[in-house]
Amino acid sequence: MSRKNTRILIVDDEEIVRESLSGWLEKDGYTLGTAPDGMSALKAVDDGDWSILVVDLKMPGIDGLEVLKRVKEKHAEVAIVIMTAFATVDTAVRAMKLGAYDYIVKPFDPEELTLMIQKIVGQQALVRENLILRKALRREHRFHDIVSKSPLMRDVLELSKTAARSASTILILGDSGTGKEILARAIHMESPRADKPFVAVSCAALTETLLESELFGYEKGAFTGAAGRREGKFEAASGGTLFLDEIGDISPKLQLDLLRVLEERRVTRVGGTESVPVDVRIIAATNRDLGKTVEEGKFRQDLYYRLNVIAIRLPRLTERREDIPLLVDHFLEHLGVEMSRDVEGISAEAMALLMAHDWPGNVRELRNVLERGLVVAKTPVIQASDLGLVPGASGGGSDRPASLSEVEKRHIAAVLHHAGGNVSQAARILDIDRVTLYNKIRKFHLRDVEEHETVAEPEKT
Amino acid sequence: MKGAIAVWWIGAGRAETPLLDGVRGSLETEYRLPVRLHVAADRPVDAYDVRRGQHASAKILSWLSGRAPAGSRRILGVTDADLFIPILTFVFGEAELHGHAAVVSTARLAGLEGTMADPELLAIRLAKECVHEVGHTFGLIHCRAPGCAMARSASLRDVDAKTGHLCAECRERFDDVLTKEARRHEPQEHPHPDRR
Repeated sequence: MSRKNTRILIVDDEEIVRESLSGWLEKDGYTLGTAPDGMSALKAVDDGDWSILVVDLKMPGIDGLEVLKRVKEKHAEVAIVIMTAFATVDTAVRAMKLGAYDYIVKPFDPEELTLMIQKIVGQQALVRENLILRKALRREHRFHDIVSKSPLMRDVLELSKTAARSASTILILGDSGTGKEILARAIHMESPRADKPFVAVSCAALTETLLESELFGYEKGAFTGAAGRREGKFEAASGGTLFLDEIGDISPKLQLDLLRVLEERRVTRVGGTESVPVDVRIIAATNRDLGKTVEEGKFRQDLYYRLNVIAIRLPRLTERREDIPLLVDHFLEHLGVEMSRDVEGISAEAMALLMAHDWPGNVRELRNVLERGLVVAKTPVIQASDLGLVPGASGGGSDRPASLSEVEKRHIAAVLHHAGGNVSQAARILDIDRVTLYNKIRKFHLRDVEEHETVAEPEKT
Repeated sequence: MKGAIAVWWIGAGRAETPLLDGVRGSLETEYRLPVRLHVAADRPVDAYDVRRGQHASAKILSWLSGRAPAGSRRILGVTDADLFIPILTFVFGEAELHGHAAVVSTARLAGLEGTMADPELLAIRLAKECVHEVGHTFGLIHCRAPGCAMARSASLRDVDAKTGHLCAECRERFDDVLTKEARRHEPQEHPHPDRR
């Protein structure tokens, strides 16, 4: 950014100060503006794109600290320098607490002012550069709504891109929350069908008859309440992509119906006699081991082969931990907009916690944890305590229900974490005496958990 | 002299001829314009601020503008008075950006108070600052090119770090301004009545 693009607003009730300061800074090539009071300064900040505000502390009406507070609430990126005639430690501390960049006593030493402005401009340029680089990096690591730099995911995305260009049926395999529908959407967007509909159906959410009429549609009078003809999802997705989630859960009858549609490329509405041609690309997904389900005789082998033309397996989040920082960035950007919250990022401690977590709910769980963090956070930087994750607790990712002792251990660890490691406070919350709590801490080896802020060994099942 | 830069000594002390000659030489070399030295008959006494014990440079600029000789291209006041603008503890000089008047003081260029000024060093510093402030009147802003006379001088260290010459880019900008000014002062030709 050139100096001309750095816009500085001088706010002072004394005209001579506004004129002399803006005249001085103008010669550095900055674009200058002035405001004679707090109210017009706030209006100017809302209307214009100012990089730096130099604000007098004492002004009639809205004073400098109030301007600082209000501007920072809405425009955290604006650097604010407070000017005052008399320096008092108290005011300086208050200004800095409210987010002032610095505090300067009138009259200033020319060198001090020049260096301060240069420093602010330099830092703002770095922030902008950082933002551009991060965006570029994200572009490089993204496939539509999917961000990743993990080698495992790179293979997944490459296969997805190739598969997208074909008309073949795709089967996406992966645990809950790994992003199967998001990948399906990305494949659709990358395919020649991108401008046609993408229709998603969750097969597990509906009963057999409901799913049948949902997929194939029905004719008037097909069943009680069928007042008119309704087209099914196959027809709705005409020319586009039909995403059948949790395909492993459909009934044997529907398995057969689906097989027919896939073979004949025609659907017959429920209660109808005529079949209509359909042109849809099928992407199916399941978190089950479909091969095993076939072996057990619960899923038709012929349908399995029809669906399993191109199989893509999405890794668990713990298999792509290196993506966590990228995903955090990605989600915070989206959540910040959705929730109209100013968010700058998460603290190093919070990131360490996210990196160490077991993520049984995968990427979806990560998004939920960040959403919670954003709701709870009191500052634009989310702290570890905002996330609601207990160091050591895997969040119930094991396959078997936990024992009473495991639940007790987890709860004590959570309360200790909440109390910041303060045993007396934790004992009060748990309503037990300190000696009992110490005994339990020893029994469950929880001291290490708190002291090292690391996770106890994930429970093996 | 038409189109000359008028340089006026407006200090309380005696006008130092070698100092002012140095200023003239530098301005002539850098701006390739005639320079006319003059010792002003009176002084901008109203510019003195009793509370600060310094002279307000903005008032001196107004004073100079009101007295500039007819036809002079620019007017530069040179003084030994310590200058300030209300927001700063001091300034070496000040100028009207894209304007007519500039002022430079020797008060802080000699070095720390009480130390003997090196006359040669003072002359060099003064010449640099005069080129700098006159540059502002031609619309030149602070420049980051190493050594350029238009680099910001917030301290003596800054003054000593630069040369008294304009960098290529500032020179080009100055030439543009001069060409535009020359065009503005050319007599307007009457369009030929038959030409359509």
